[in-house]
Amino acid sequence: MTDVPTEVAEEPAIEEISEPEPDPNAVQVTLNGSAVTAQKGDLVIAVAEGNGAAVPHFCYHPRMSSVGMCRQCLVEVDTGRGMQLQPSCMITVSPDMKIDTESPTAKRAQEGMIELLLANHPLDCPVCDKGGECPLQDQSYAVGPGESRYVEEKRHYEKPIPISDLVLLDRERCILCDRCTRFADEVAGDKLIVFTERGNNTQVMTFPDEPFASYFSGNTVQICPVGALTAEPYRFKARPWDLEQQESTCTTCSVGCRTVVQSSRDELLRYQGVDSDPVNHGWLCDRGRFNFEAVNSEHRLTQPMIRTEAGLIEASWSGAMASASGLIRETLANGGPARIAILGGARGSNEDAFAWGQLADAIDTPYRDAQLGDGLPGELLGLNRATIDEAANASTIVLLGPDLKEELPVLYLRLRDAAEKKRSKIIEFSATDTGLSRYAWKSVRHEPGNQTDAVESAIADADIAAQLASGDVVIVAGRPNLAESSDATVAALQAMLNAAPGAKVLPALRRGNVVGALSLGMAPTGPVGDRGDAIDALTAAAEGKIDLLILVGADPLSDCPDTDLARRALAGARRIISIDTHPSESTKLADVVLAAAAYGEKSGTTTNLEGRVTTLAQKVTVVGTARPDWMIAVELGMSLGDNSFGADHPLADVASVNDVTDAISATAPLFAMVTRQALAGDPNGVMSAQPTALLPAVSVAVAGRNSYDYRLVVNRKLYDGAIGTAMSRSLVNLAPGAAAHVHPLDLDGIGVTEGTEVKLISAKATAVLPVVGNNNVPRGVVWAPFNQPGTGSIEDIIDATAANTDVRIERI
Amino acid sequence: MSHHTNSQGAETHDYIAGFYIGDRPKVVTSRFEYEDSHTLERFLATDGYEGLKKCLTMSPQEMHDEVRNSTVLGRGGAGFPAGVKWGFTPQGVWPRYLVVNGDESEPGTYKDRLLMERDPHQLIEGCLIACYAAGLSQCFLYVRGEMAVAQERIAAALNDAYAAGYIGKNILGTDFSVDIVLHWGAGAYVVGEETALIESLEGERGMPRLKPPFFPAAVGLYGKPTIVNNVETLANLPFVAINGSAAYTAIGTPTSPGTRMVAVSGHVKRPGVYEIVNGSTTFRDIIYGDEFSQGIRDGNDIKAFVPGGGSAPWFVEDQLDIPFEGKEASAAGSMLGSGAIMVMDATTDIPAAAYTLTKFYAHESCGKCTPCREGGTWLMRMLERVIAGHGTDADLDQMREVGQTICPGDMPHASSERLGLEAVPFPYKMTTICFVGPSAWAPLHSALTLFPEEFEARVTKVPKRVSIPVTALSGADA
Amino acid sequence: MSRLSDHNVAIAKEIIGHYPKQKSALIPLVHLSQEQNGYVTKDAMRHIAELVNVTPAEVLGTASFYEMFKFEPVGKYVVNVCTTLSCALLGAGELLHHAEEKLGVKAGGTTADGLITLEPAECQAACTEAPCLQVNYRHKYRVTHDDFDQMVDDLRSGKLESEIPAHGTLGMQRQHIPDDKGVGAVHPDDVVGGPVWIPVAVEPDTEGASK
Repeated sequence: MTDVPTEVAEEPAIEEISEPEPDPNAVQVTLNGSAVTAQKGDLVIAVAEGNGAAVPHFCYHPRMSSVGMCRQCLVEVDTGRGMQLQPSCMITVSPDMKIDTESPTAKRAQEGMIELLLANHPLDCPVCDKGGECPLQDQSYAVGPGESRYVEEKRHYEKPIPISDLVLLDRERCILCDRCTRFADEVAGDKLIVFTERGNNTQVMTFPDEPFASYFSGNTVQICPVGALTAEPYRFKARPWDLEQQESTCTTCSVGCRTVVQSSRDELLRYQGVDSDPVNHGWLCDRGRFNFEAVNSEHRLTQPMIRTEAGLIEASWSGAMASASGLIRETLANGGPARIAILGGARGSNEDAFAWGQLADAIDTPYRDAQLGDGLPGELLGLNRATIDEAANASTIVLLGPDLKEELPVLYLRLRDAAEKKRSKIIEFSATDTGLSRYAWKSVRHEPGNQTDAVESAIADADIAAQLASGDVVIVAGRPNLAESSDATVAALQAMLNAAPGAKVLPALRRGNVVGALSLGMAPTGPVGDRGDAIDALTAAAEGKIDLLILVGADPLSDCPDTDLARRALAGARRIISIDTHPSESTKLADVVLAAAAYGEKSGTTTNLEGRVTTLAQKVTVVGTARPDWMIAVELGMSLGDNSFGADHPLADVASVNDVTDAISATAPLFAMVTRQALAGDPNGVMSAQPTALLPAVSVAVAGRNSYDYRLVVNRKLYDGAIGTAMSRSLVNLAPGAAAHVHPLDLDGIGVTEGTEVKLISAKATAVLPVVGNNNVPRGVVWAPFNQPGTGSIEDIIDATAANTDVRIERI
Repeated sequence: MSHHTNSQGAETHDYIAGFYIGDRPKVVTSRFEYEDSHTLERFLATDGYEGLKKCLTMSPQEMHDEVRNSTVLGRGGAGFPAGVKWGFTPQGVWPRYLVVNGDESEPGTYKDRLLMERDPHQLIEGCLIACYAAGLSQCFLYVRGEMAVAQERIAAALNDAYAAGYIGKNILGTDFSVDIVLHWGAGAYVVGEETALIESLEGERGMPRLKPPFFPAAVGLYGKPTIVNNVETLANLPFVAINGSAAYTAIGTPTSPGTRMVAVSGHVKRPGVYEIVNGSTTFRDIIYGDEFSQGIRDGNDIKAFVPGGGSAPWFVEDQLDIPFEGKEASAAGSMLGSGAIMVMDATTDIPAAAYTLTKFYAHESCGKCTPCREGGTWLMRMLERVIAGHGTDADLDQMREVGQTICPGDMPHASSERLGLEAVPFPYKMTTICFVGPSAWAPLHSALTLFPEEFEARVTKVPKRVSIPVTALSGADA
Repeated sequence: MSRLSDHNVAIAKEIIGHYPKQKSALIPLVHLSQEQNGYVTKDAMRHIAELVNVTPAEVLGTASFYEMFKFEPVGKYVVNVCTTLSCALLGAGELLHHAEEKLGVKAGGTTADGLITLEPAECQAACTEAPCLQVNYRHKYRVTHDDFDQMVDDLRSGKLESEIPAHGTLGMQRQHIPDDKGVGAVHPDDVVGGPVWIPVAVEPDTEGASK
């Protein structure tokens, strides 16, 4: 399916209005003889389609500007000067307008247009992926002429040509509707595909040797009204009529884009974006769209495993669960709850996180965390929280976090749109250039770790102060640099909140269900200084103070910025239980491995960064004997002897995931409104309530650095070594690879040329990486992408406990 | 070329390549007789920039009124009064721009190039008057790419005029300041359409914008109010400024005052560009008159003529006595367009003549609107086959079908006593944004309508195919 | 290596400075690159993209719309023979055929010595002087077959060097706005209020802004 039905949320009526006021924006028009009420500014095509009069169209797309290019949507319109054929995608309603979408004149025009569009179309429908879900095919059937009268030779082009690693272009099929090129320009801001040539020779092309390397390229395939653009991961995999689908939510990051998950013969084959008005407007990033390949990966963990003298061997579930339960009971008996740590839970569902949180409560461990030292303190969620819509409509958007284009791509699209449409001014604080820098009203570069000073001097600026005072302010806050303490950002955020006390905060934490997990029991519970967060837990483990480390969809060796700490922790923990979908460095070290159900294999709910709860669909059968995380937690919770869930425990007798969802709404106060009934009533989801909290007090002392030192900035690229990317055939090669990036002029200072391997020496360790000249990196800063394939590991030299990481760069 | 010496002692000509001067009122060609008409020196010696000086003694509103009262009609094709067009800019929205349309490319049209090459300062003066009167803060002079000589003459004129203080900051010591920037195209007929011209000037592909919402006067260059005026239109303004609107309207007719530059080409004895008195001169005068084209070559009969540039439906002998006046031409089924008459004598192969124009517009389609992009080329292909003798009568039917998709409803054409046809008045309806698409069909439609026998003689008759409607098939299934 | 030379970068910057938005300079800059190299190279397009702050794809998208831009090398002289109605009525077809014979190339081709590229062309605004042609966009009127032969001989012998610059160069003079004379281009978003010579209270009539 291509145009996934547009579901635009109606604002629920808050209260009964006793006497309805006449709507000043209402416009009365006549549509095919019937009186219809439209809104001022509505396009004729939208009014017609909204009132049951289908108008054939190709170039019109409700989320992009109208171009009136295909001329297919011609209808007759009378604005007082008689009926005239008009493109309904370009004309807005006016009072007393008469619209006829079905007059003989309109029908003749629509039929004529289809004939012309088909003239040069190859009609290779039998071998076209789009066949069966093709708007051109469907509309030809509905309004086209019954025969082809075009006997001339058709246009010929080489077919298909790859325009990127993920998308192929067949120019013979293209009907030149300008959707993909408009998307690249207006929505993604990646003007890498354009029309070239003119007239009958017009075609969509890239610049030679400069592919359509957009993080959003898959959307062009979805909105293409013919089979001109096809996605490499889906080509020739299925016929549309064989696909089954269910609506779900993408959990690749925490934006929570609505999707449909499609499968054939019990195999995931495609995700398509669904237009959720408050969230993703129909768009997906390519990582989210194509990482279904990881679910289908042959490397999946399909059976539980237990470590024996012969290493990890496959085991029965009863045997593995007995081992896991035994390890927990044994540790509780011998060392007490403080010798157990549970990390993870942000990659699953609310039900998974809730069950593991309940298990952590039953065990009563002080060590639990859904973040792996790569986020911000959980109090962030207790600040006055903004929605995505509030951010994308705020007068001022303040960015104090990571590069959103890399970490939360569709949020990037929404904020870019806010700036491009001049609804919002963006003030960005960042150590390096980001995807939004070019759209920012002010993009403030600061010394890594010194964002608080940058904020203080910015708010002293009269222009900025005036801007902040001019309207609503939303601060997007996340972890900008994995090589510095989160304190730097917390302090800067506090400074900004002091300057703009009414500001709302949108948390920019990355993992799919991190907000759900932190809200449902997987946040550390200890006081400041003794929190029991992931870094505390790993430090304790490294010091031999943890006997059992339970990893719930977490791999400290690739999730925690301080790999050295993670390595020592895994070595220091006496026993490890890993619950995961794919083998990782951590599962290799585990004593018990429990194979987990993956995305698309389990249903439930998830919570996005706004606190919006939406549904997840199970579309395919679980691989092997893998089980959902919640089921594992519940079973363990029932087997812990004195620590077991009691008979009146909300999870005591759950039989299905629905029971867990009900248990959440019944017992988690923030989720009281999130009932299954409420979820079923609104595909855009239900907002969870938010706690109230204050940011922890932090003191930030930014140490000076030697003039020959570089200060390290490490953050994520969209494609990295994470399982979803690494296990997806089509995505794995898109990771840019490990490297140290410095300003091109600094290459001279180091005395090397691009591509040479250099030593990066921190107070802690040395890493060897190829060096790259990069204009987006300021002088004196070295930037490295996190968790990248390749030789050398920047994570080795990060110190999780230090305020900053300074490095010396040496030639080898 | 004949040489004279005029009262000022300068050598003058009554013919320069393409242009015949004649003894008629001169509004825009008063300097054409001089070899050095493009220089600032000659311009200043012949009342140059006097119109600007006069204009600067008036208020902008007074100058605007003068232009409105003169009813200078736009010379680009649409024939809309310039003074009224200027008034369409929305109140209080700034900046406003002037874009000069010097992208003359309409087949048969050849007058803006002469005005730019022969008298660039007159055009510059017209631009300055327009900017002053309409509050336009920057002017872009868009010259067709293929006109290298016009570009260098204008560049030189602009440089001289800047140096002499006629353009730029504080013109002639007043607070009137405006830059004129020479811009040049790169070969695309469609850019002559004003919204495509603006796209091109913004560095984009020259694809027209839909009106509404993109009426340039409201949403033009960079989304700001923009006046787009044709070269000849602006070249009229110095005369109006110096002599006043009354002197201007004294020439021509009330609905078509002043003069017009008209190019007469094709099978005439004396092809050339003429500045004619507007509104009253008839096509017969222009084609047969002694001071104009002096009749058909070799004493042949006239077969057809294009009255207003390649886009215009054709006229035949029946329309010779219509005056060169917009409303009368419309009523007779065509338009005056850009002032270009192309004459075909009795020897003309009509399908081949139509083909050159259909090919032109198919080639020049920008590719935006489906009917033009696909339909224009389809028409051209069918016509190619018919001319080559491989066509059938079904092709002629199909041409009309494609034509209907481009121009639904009645298509304008001239009357023909020979065929007993009544005229269908101009304009046509169209399914495209601009007129390039219809222009591929209009000449072919004229040829098919006024000379059907020339097509029928070339095609073979084939039995009609019987098509079974899809609905019948699906009905059988159901 | 066919980026713009330092000399031409200076010219490019002056051209860019004439416009309120830099992308407006795109077409003039592609002309400038064609003047330098005889055709439009990929490197030049990349360089222009840098200069006007767009992607190379955008430069290609715009440039390839316009016929005067050649993306492969052409002859030093590009001869365009008009084939539209007025010229066709007076022998353009025969002239083009004659040109093909004389030059030994089909229309669209370039002579073996690389000197002359022959192209059929659409209306060149010299309809009264049919049949006409252009050599590097400079007109020749009422061209007989003998005229054509003579012109080719003159091009080959170098006799027309001073009159007709090599392909890519259009006007032989360039506009230059002296700093002390020009008003200067202002980004449209930065314009505040109307021009000073327009009285604030009495601005020109607005009769139909909504039309």
